[in-house]
Amino acid sequence: MHEPRGPLIATTAHGPSDDGAAHGSVQSYLTGFLLSVVLTFVPFALVMSGAAPAATIIPICVALGVAQIVVHLVYFLHMNGASTQSWNMAAFVFTLLIVAILVAGSLWVMAHLDVNMMPGMMPAE
Amino acid sequence: MMGDLVGKLSLDAIPLHQPIIMGAVGFMALGGVGIAALITYFGFWRTLWSEWLTSVDHKKIGIMYIALAMVMLLRGFSDAIMMRAQQALASTGGPGYLPPEHFDQVFTAHGVIMIFFMAMPFIVGLMNIAMPLQIGARDVAFPYLNNLSFWLTTAGALLVNISLGVGEFARTGWLAYPPLSELAYSPGVGVDYYIWALQIAGVGTLLSGVNMITTILKMRAPGMTPMRMPVFTWTALCANMLIVAAFPILTATLAMLSLDRYFGMHFFTNTAGGNPMMYVNLIWAWGHPEVYILILPCFGVFSEVIATFSRKQLFGYTSMVYATICITVLSFIVWLHHFFTMGSGADVNAFFGITTMIISIPTGVKIFNWLFTMYRGRVRFTTPVLWTIGFMITFTIGGMTGVLMAVPPADFVLHNSLFLIAHFHNAIIGGVVFGCMAGFSYWFPKAFGFTLDERLGKISFWCWFIGFYVAFMPLYALGLMGMTRRLDHLDNPVWHVYLVVAMGGALIIMCGIAAQLAQIAVSVRDRAALRDLTGDPWNGRTLEWSVASPAPAYNFARTPLVTSRDAYWDMKRRGVAHRPFAAYRPIHMPRNTGTGVIVSAFAAILGFALIWHIWWLAIAAFVAAVAVAIAHSFNEHGDYTVSPDAVARTEDVYLEQLASQA
Repeated sequence: MHEPRGPLIATTAHGPSDDGAAHGSVQSYLTGFLLSVVLTFVPFALVMSGAAPAATIIPICVALGVAQIVVHLVYFLHMNGASTQSWNMAAFVFTLLIVAILVAGSLWVMAHLDVNMMPGMMPAE
Repeated sequence: MMGDLVGKLSLDAIPLHQPIIMGAVGFMALGGVGIAALITYFGFWRTLWSEWLTSVDHKKIGIMYIALAMVMLLRGFSDAIMMRAQQALASTGGPGYLPPEHFDQVFTAHGVIMIFFMAMPFIVGLMNIAMPLQIGARDVAFPYLNNLSFWLTTAGALLVNISLGVGEFARTGWLAYPPLSELAYSPGVGVDYYIWALQIAGVGTLLSGVNMITTILKMRAPGMTPMRMPVFTWTALCANMLIVAAFPILTATLAMLSLDRYFGMHFFTNTAGGNPMMYVNLIWAWGHPEVYILILPCFGVFSEVIATFSRKQLFGYTSMVYATICITVLSFIVWLHHFFTMGSGADVNAFFGITTMIISIPTGVKIFNWLFTMYRGRVRFTTPVLWTIGFMITFTIGGMTGVLMAVPPADFVLHNSLFLIAHFHNAIIGGVVFGCMAGFSYWFPKAFGFTLDERLGKISFWCWFIGFYVAFMPLYALGLMGMTRRLDHLDNPVWHVYLVVAMGGALIIMCGIAAQLAQIAVSVRDRAALRDLTGDPWNGRTLEWSVASPAPAYNFARTPLVTSRDAYWDMKRRGVAHRPFAAYRPIHMPRNTGTGVIVSAFAAILGFALIWHIWWLAIAAFVAAVAVAIAHSFNEHGDYTVSPDAVARTEDVYLEQLASQA
C-alpha cells in the first residue's frame, strides 16, 4: 500500500510554510518604504508648487509612478530575476497583460470619444 | 457643536413619514428580534459565537456565506417584486404606489444586493465548502483571513440594510454613473452608502480571492497535478484570478468618485476637466470580468453535477479547462460592449463587438461538452440535474440575445431597453442563480450530513424555471417595442398587458423561493430519514465525497494520494477507497478567533461614520480596526493539535457507518 506523503503544505494558522521564496528583511522593507515616500513626495511637491508647466510635470509623474510600481515589486513583493517560482512569474505576466489591456484600451477608447464627441471638432458635412 | 458630534445625522434621517419603508424596517426588526429570541430560547448564543461566528473552518464559513446570500436574496427579491408591481400598476397613466425617488432607490438596491450581496457570497460560499475538500486540503491557506473576508462582506451588506431605515440609498442605478452620482446631483447620503458598502465588501472579496488562489496553487494533495484538478476547482481558480485582477479597478474607481464627493475633486464631474465617461469606462473594465467571476464557478458546478449524475467522466475535460482559461483572459477585452452608444467610433465599436462574439465560442464549447457528457450516460434526474438542464436551455437563449446585442448597430436600438434587462437576467438567473441552486442541492449533504427533500426541490425548480420565462419573455418584447429600463410610471395600455404578465412571472418565482425555504425546513425536520451515512450520497467522483458528511474539522485523516482525474472515482474503482489506516498522525489545526468579527464591526462603524461625516468616529473606528488586526498578528496561540486518538475515534465512527451501509 502506498504510504501517502505528508501534505505539500501543512495547514496552520500561519498559512503555507516557507517554500524558499525571498521574504525580505527589516533593512529591505525600510529601503522600500523610504523610496516609496520619496517617489510619492516628489510628484506631489511638483504639482503643489507649480514649479513647472503641466506638460512637463505630467510625464515626470507618470515616470515616477512606474518607478513606484517597480519599488513595490522588488521590496514588498520580492520579485527578482532569481525567482524560480513559475507561478510567481505566470501571475506577474498575467498582471502585466491585464494592466496593458486596461491602460491601452482606456486610452484608445477615451481618445476616440474625444475625437468624436468634442464640440467643434465634428467633421463638417 | 452638535454637528461635529453626529455629522449630518439627525432624526430627520429616519423616513417616519413613508409607511412602506417603515413597514419594511419594522418587518426586518421583527425578524431580527424573532431570531434573537429563538437563539436565546435554545441557549444557542455561546455555541453560535464559539463554533460559528468566530470559526476559521472553511466549511462553516461557506455555510455562513450562503446563509447571508439567502437572506439577501429575500431582500433583493422584495425589491424585484416591488418594481414589477409598480410598473404593472403605473403603466396606464396612474402614479402607482411608489414615489419616483423611492422607486429609484429600489432598482438601485435590487441590482447592488443581487450582485454584491447575493450572487457573490453564494459563489464564494460554494467555493469555500467544496474547493478545499476537492483538492484534498485541510483548510484554506489563510483560515483567519477567510473569516475576516466573510465578515467584511457582511459589514457591507449591513450598511446597505441600514440605509433602508437611516437616510436613503443611492437613486443612481446599480453602477452609480456620474454625473448623477456626483455631489451636485446626489447631495444625499445614498451614494455614500453605496460607495462604502461596496468598498468594505470589496476588500473582503479581494482578500478571499488571494486566499483561494494560494490554496489552490499551494495546498493540493500530492499527485493532483493541474490537469487532474476537478473542473470546479479550475473555475474557482480562474474566477479568483479575475477577482484579484478586477476588484482593484472597482476600488480605485469608487475611491476617485469619493474624492470627488468628499474633497471636491474633479475626476468625473462635468466641469473643471472631469470626465464622467472615464468612470463608465473604468467601472465596466471591472464590471465585465465580474460577470465571469460569477458565472465561471457556476460552469464548474454544472460540470461536477452533470458528470456525477450521468455516471460518466466529463466529456472534453481538457477543452473545458482551456475554454475556462480563454474566457478568463477574453473577459478583459469586451468591456466596451456595455457602452457602445457612448460615442466611440466605428473602429472601437467593431473591435469590442467582435471580441464579444469571440468570447461566446468557449462558452459554446462548454455547452457541447455537457451535452456530450449526458449522451449515452445514465442520467439521474435529481434536483441538481434539473437545475443544470434548465440552465443549459435558458443560458443558451441568454447567450444568443447577448451575441445579438454584441452587434453595435443592433445595440444602438436595444441599449438601455427592457430587451437588455431581459438579456442579462436571462444570463444571470439562468446561469448564476440556477448554478448556485444546483451547487446548493448538490453539496448540501456534504455540508450538513443529510440530503434535501427532492420533491420540494423539484417544485422549486419548476417554479423558478417557468416563472423566469413568464417574467422575462414579455420584457424582450417590450424592449423591442421601445420600452426603456427604470421607468417609474408610463401610460401605454399595450405595454400594460405585458407588464402584468411579467408581474405574474415574478409571483411564480416567489412560489419557487417559498418552496426552497419549505424544502430546507422539511429537510431539517426529516433529517433522520434523509441522513447521509456514507458521505457519498450521489456516487461521486471527486475527493469531497471520500470523507464523512459533514466532513470532520480536519477534512482528511490522512492526505489522499491522487493518481488520476476524478480521484475518488478512481479509488473506488481500484478498491482502495476508505481503507482503514493502522495509525494516524497528529493534525495541526488553526484555532477559532473573534478578530474577524471585531475588525469588521469597526469597519462597519467606519463606513457609517464616513457616510454621515462623523469624523471623530471614523478616525476612532479606523484606528481601532487597525489596532485589533495588528494585535491579532502577535497572537502566538492561534493553533492546536488534534491527537491521533481523537482522529481515530472520529474516523472509526465514520468507518462503522460505512460498514453499516455496505
